[in-house]
Amino acid sequence: MPSPRSRTLFEKVWDSHLVEPEGDDRPGVLYVDLHLIHEVTSPQAFTALAERGLKVRRPDLTFGTLDHSTPTLPTRADGKRPYVTAEAESQVHKLEENCLAQGIDLEGWDSPNRGIVHVMAPELGLTQPGMVVVCGDSHTATHGAFGALAFGIGTSEVSHVLATQCLLQRKAKTLRVTVDGTLAPGVGGKDLALAIIAALGIGGGTGSVIEYAGEAIRALDMDGRMTVCNMSIELGARAGMIAPDETTIAWLRGRPRAPQGAAFEQAAQRWRELASDPGAVFDREVRLDASTIKPMATWGTTPDTGIAIDTNVPEGQSRARDYMKLKAGQPIAGAHVDVVFIGSCTNGRISDLRAAADVMRGRKVSGGVRALIVPGSEAVRREAEAEGLDKVFLAAGAEWRLPGCSMCIAMNGDLVAPGQLAVSTSNRNFEGRQGPGARTVLASPATAAASAIAGHIADPRPYLEARHG
Amino acid sequence: MAEPFKILNSRTVVLTDENIDTDQIIPARFLTTTEREGLGRLAFHDWRYDSEGRANGTCVLNRIAPCAHRILVAGRNFGCGSSREHAPWALTDFGFRAVVSTEIADIFTSNALKNGLLPVVVDQATWDELASKPGGTAAIDLESCELRFGNHVAKFKVEAFARRCLLDGVDTLGWLLGRLPQIETYEGLRAP
Repeated sequence: MPSPRSRTLFEKVWDSHLVEPEGDDRPGVLYVDLHLIHEVTSPQAFTALAERGLKVRRPDLTFGTLDHSTPTLPTRADGKRPYVTAEAESQVHKLEENCLAQGIDLEGWDSPNRGIVHVMAPELGLTQPGMVVVCGDSHTATHGAFGALAFGIGTSEVSHVLATQCLLQRKAKTLRVTVDGTLAPGVGGKDLALAIIAALGIGGGTGSVIEYAGEAIRALDMDGRMTVCNMSIELGARAGMIAPDETTIAWLRGRPRAPQGAAFEQAAQRWRELASDPGAVFDREVRLDASTIKPMATWGTTPDTGIAIDTNVPEGQSRARDYMKLKAGQPIAGAHVDVVFIGSCTNGRISDLRAAADVMRGRKVSGGVRALIVPGSEAVRREAEAEGLDKVFLAAGAEWRLPGCSMCIAMNGDLVAPGQLAVSTSNRNFEGRQGPGARTVLASPATAAASAIAGHIADPRPYLEARHG
Repeated sequence: MAEPFKILNSRTVVLTDENIDTDQIIPARFLTTTEREGLGRLAFHDWRYDSEGRANGTCVLNRIAPCAHRILVAGRNFGCGSSREHAPWALTDFGFRAVVSTEIADIFTSNALKNGLLPVVVDQATWDELASKPGGTAAIDLESCELRFGNHVAKFKVEAFARRCLLDGVDTLGWLLGRLPQIETYEGLRAP
């Protein structure tokens, strides 16, 4: 009989994927169910395999997409895609060649499924509860929203997974973040994520896998859960997870790569058993109250500098404040905005675009503000266009682009000019993240949309109340 | 595979900032490369050069001979942010063989260890002492796991397998390929 010891969600997934347990002198050998690859962090890994004459061991468990270096503007009149550089284009071609040579499914330019890796894989049902999911991308924790153990790896590790389907790993510590209560109207998953990061600090999760739990987490839809898990890396955490429940199961039912029919119901039964056992012990526990959280905006150059939108920029950290050209004591709302970016693996899903459209509908982007709206995937783009959201954005004076990482990482030519301030729904506000000298304020889609309309950092709630009140 | 790492004797470079993220170490716009060599010229690019490409004379990294300063002493939570292995590729190509901080991000640590760049986490007092003498010499002994400078000796920890790989120049992927029989057995057991 197996031990009746109470286990956490993380421990259940970890234990079931150990090919070999760790010892004092060696890490565990951990099996990977789903390996996602993109153009930026994979080419050197394929080269490493080629140098040894190795083939990809499980191309059937490996999936590629194009997202980071890809232009978000359509094909030009000459039929060419407007890549930012020839090197970016050649990087994309390299992934196309590698996938073709190794028999890996690639959601390329001609695929209706192409999108940001952390948007498209869940949409297809590739990501499933209880899996180990890895990708050469730190925001892989997004997939933890489904109760998968999902984490980012470096390119050497990408080569390890390509060659063996396994990774050498030490077991992480466990941290449970319980969020009690209910989020107020106009406050969403992004505000919750920023509040958690502000509470724990940028290194607050280092060495740990986080499980998000509690009433406010349960109440989130899958898009909101993905937003929260996505930003686990901004705490330094290895991964973030949420136990699968009926919300998860309903979302996955019918997805093309999920089990179908009776097999789905059997799988769903197994998924329900993944939740942490009553009495499971975590290395550390943190509790937050959702009802006190307001729309959040960051003032500094690390993601843990989120404050409520109706409060003032704090003292301290003068380097970050100087870079942001903000003064201690000034209200964060009201700061002049040059650019608004709505998209990314954090907030490029359909509910994010709906939230932004709710604010923008029938209104105009403030003169001088550039608003860029980039769906997270082709599927999100289709759904948004079917609902007419693109028309709402275009009528407001915003740009509506093709899917990709775009201005979140600013590799593809979509960037913020030096010194400009961007309100961005992405995940990082590091110096220069959105372009050299760019100043980034992280916020929710609703707050970003309200800021675009106002021309300065703005609380979205009055805009929503005017609509619904 | 990097050459074995036993003892590193070198001068230090000190960057006191906390939370130096991978976008500082190598900005994302340089990640369109499909190579891993030659990235040292891009290390800390936007700290070292202005928007016109002119070298910033106040940046300490522009005022040293990299080959003589192989130990980077950096503030807490070094290497936070993305999983880009380009960060340790850039740092090692620039000339660094070790990073000393009071906290180093997980993915960066994992990537660094695979590239012959030793992450060394020390207590605050040791770090304060080391950081107070930029350009000073220090010895990092991986055999004894000791950082020595002046009269100071500090112990540090390195994950046992990664340490063995660095000391002996073990090829990690080669080792993992040696586990293929166990991997096949595991796959056989869980096949539907």
